[in-house]
Amino acid sequence: MADKRTTEAEIVGELEDGMTIGFGGWGARRKPMSVVRAILRSPVKDLTVVSWGGPDVGLLCAAGKVRKLVYAFVSLDSIPLEPHFRLARQSGSVEAMELDEGMFYWGLYAAGLRLPFMPNRAGIGSDVMRVNPGLKTVRSPYEDGEELVAVPALNLDVAVVHMNRADIRGNGQFLGPDPYFDELFLMAAKRRFMTCERIVRTEDFAREGSFHTLKVTRMLVDGVVEAPNGAHFTSCAPDYPRDEAFLAHYAASAASPQAWSDFRRKYLDVEEADYQRLVVQR
Amino acid sequence: MSSARVADACVIACAEIYRGNGEILANPTVGTIPFIGAKLARATFEPDLILTDGEAMLVTDDHSVGTGNGHPGVVEGWLPYRLTFDVVWAGRRHVVMGASQIGCNGDTNISSIGPYEKPSAQLLGPRGAPGNTVNHLTSYWVPNHSRRVFVEKVDFVSGVGPARAARLGGRAADYNDIRFVISNLAMIDFKGESGCARLIAVHPGVTVDEVREKTGFPLQGGDRVATTRQPTPEEMSIIQRLDPKGLRYQEVST
Repeated sequence: MADKRTTEAEIVGELEDGMTIGFGGWGARRKPMSVVRAILRSPVKDLTVVSWGGPDVGLLCAAGKVRKLVYAFVSLDSIPLEPHFRLARQSGSVEAMELDEGMFYWGLYAAGLRLPFMPNRAGIGSDVMRVNPGLKTVRSPYEDGEELVAVPALNLDVAVVHMNRADIRGNGQFLGPDPYFDELFLMAAKRRFMTCERIVRTEDFAREGSFHTLKVTRMLVDGVVEAPNGAHFTSCAPDYPRDEAFLAHYAASAASPQAWSDFRRKYLDVEEADYQRLVVQR
Repeated sequence: MSSARVADACVIACAEIYRGNGEILANPTVGTIPFIGAKLARATFEPDLILTDGEAMLVTDDHSVGTGNGHPGVVEGWLPYRLTFDVVWAGRRHVVMGASQIGCNGDTNISSIGPYEKPSAQLLGPRGAPGNTVNHLTSYWVPNHSRRVFVEKVDFVSGVGPARAARLGGRAADYNDIRFVISNLAMIDFKGESGCARLIAVHPGVTVDEVREKTGFPLQGGDRVATTRQPTPEEMSIIQRLDPKGLRYQEVST
C-alpha cells in the first residue's frame, strides 16, 4: 500500500519554469494556498496558470510568476474584482486566455478524457472567439449541421487541489457544500497533488461524511500533504470560513508597490509555519 | 402606498421578469434587489420557481436576504457548480446578470474595458455570460443607470445580444432570449426595430427624458412608455418580510 505523503516543498521542487499548473477550488473558496505560498517562495517562473481564479491567481501575478492565465473569471467573492490580477492585466504583463465558464469546464474534462476537444454551444458569437484566434469551431456531422465551439483540451502538467480530509493513499473527501471541479483538474494533469486539512485513517472517512463526499479517488493522486488551515485565507467549509479581514488586507496591498512589498515581506517571505502563526496572532 | 419607493418598484420589476416561467431555475447572480424580486415572484404568482441559496443548495422557504449563513432554509435539492451547467445547457434557467456595459443591440460586457491585450480596466472575465445567452432566458440588473453602462457598442462581447444571435442562426438564435434590463430608472428590452433597445417602462417618479439623458444611445418606443407598477399592500408586506433591514434602499436609494 503506497504511502503518498509529501510536502509543499517537494511539490514545488518538481515544478519547472514554463509549466502549466491548475489549481482547484473556486474564487476565494478551498484553494490550495499553502502550495501557492510555497511557489511564491521558490524561483519558478513563467507559469501558465489554469484556475477558477481567486487569490491564487492574484498572488502569483503580483509575485511575477505568471506568463499566461487561462480563466473564465478571477474574483475574491466578497471583493468582486481581484486587484492584483487587474494590475497584471492592465499593465499587459500577462497573456490571457479568457473563456466562458462552460468552455473552461469542458476543456478540463476533454483533457481528463484524453480527447482533443469537446463540442459546446457556449462561446459561439461572443468575443471569446475573437480574442482567442486559436479557438476553432466544428460543424455537427449530422443533419442539423450546427456550428459549435471545439473547446480544446486544457492539458495540465501539474494540478493541485485542497480537500477537507484525505488518507495517506490519496483518497480525498470534501465536506463543504460544493466539490467544485477538483477531480477534473486532477484528471487533466500529468502530476497530481492534494493538500488537506487533516489526514485520517481510511476507515474514518465514514465518520466525517457520507460516501458521497469521497470525491477524489487515489488513482487520481500522486502526493498528499496534510496542511491544516492550508486554504487560508480562502474558505474551507465546514472547517473554517473565509478570513474576510485578511482578504481585505491582501486586497489593500495592491494599492501601491510599497503596500505590496510590506505585505509580501511580512506574510509571504516566511515559511508556512510562520505564516500560520502570524495569521493567528493578528 | 405612499410609502413605496423606487427600490420597491425595482423589486416588482425584478419579480415580473419571471412571470410565466414556471418550473425553472430563477437565478439572480448580482445585487440584492434581484434576489428579493425572485423570492417575491415565487411567493406570489410563480410558485414553482426553483431558487438557490446563492451557493449549492436549492431552498424552498423564502427566508430574508442578508441574514448570513445561519439560516440555510429548507433544502429541496443540490446544485453544485458543475451540475449548474446541466441546467444551463438544457435551457431550464432564467439568469439575472450584471453588466458593466450594455450596447444598443443587447450585447453586454463584464470582461474588460479597452484593448484585450492591455485593458484600461480589467473586470471579472466573461464568466458564464457567453454560454448563458445562447442557451436560456437572460435578464440584466443595472443599479446605476448611466452613459458609462449604456453604450453604443461594448468593448468586449461577453453576453450575446439578439441581433448577434440572429446572425448566428440555428439553435443559438432559437435559444437566445434576452428578456429585460432592469435599472434603477427603467425597464428596457431589445424588441425594437432590428433588435434595438426599446424603453418599456420608467419607474415611478422617473421621467423618460431622464432615462434618455443617461443612456448613451437612442432608445426606441419613447412615445408609449408605461410606468412600473408599485407593489400591492400584500406584496409590500412580503417585501418587508424578505428584506426587513431595508437593504434594497442601500442599493437604490430613491
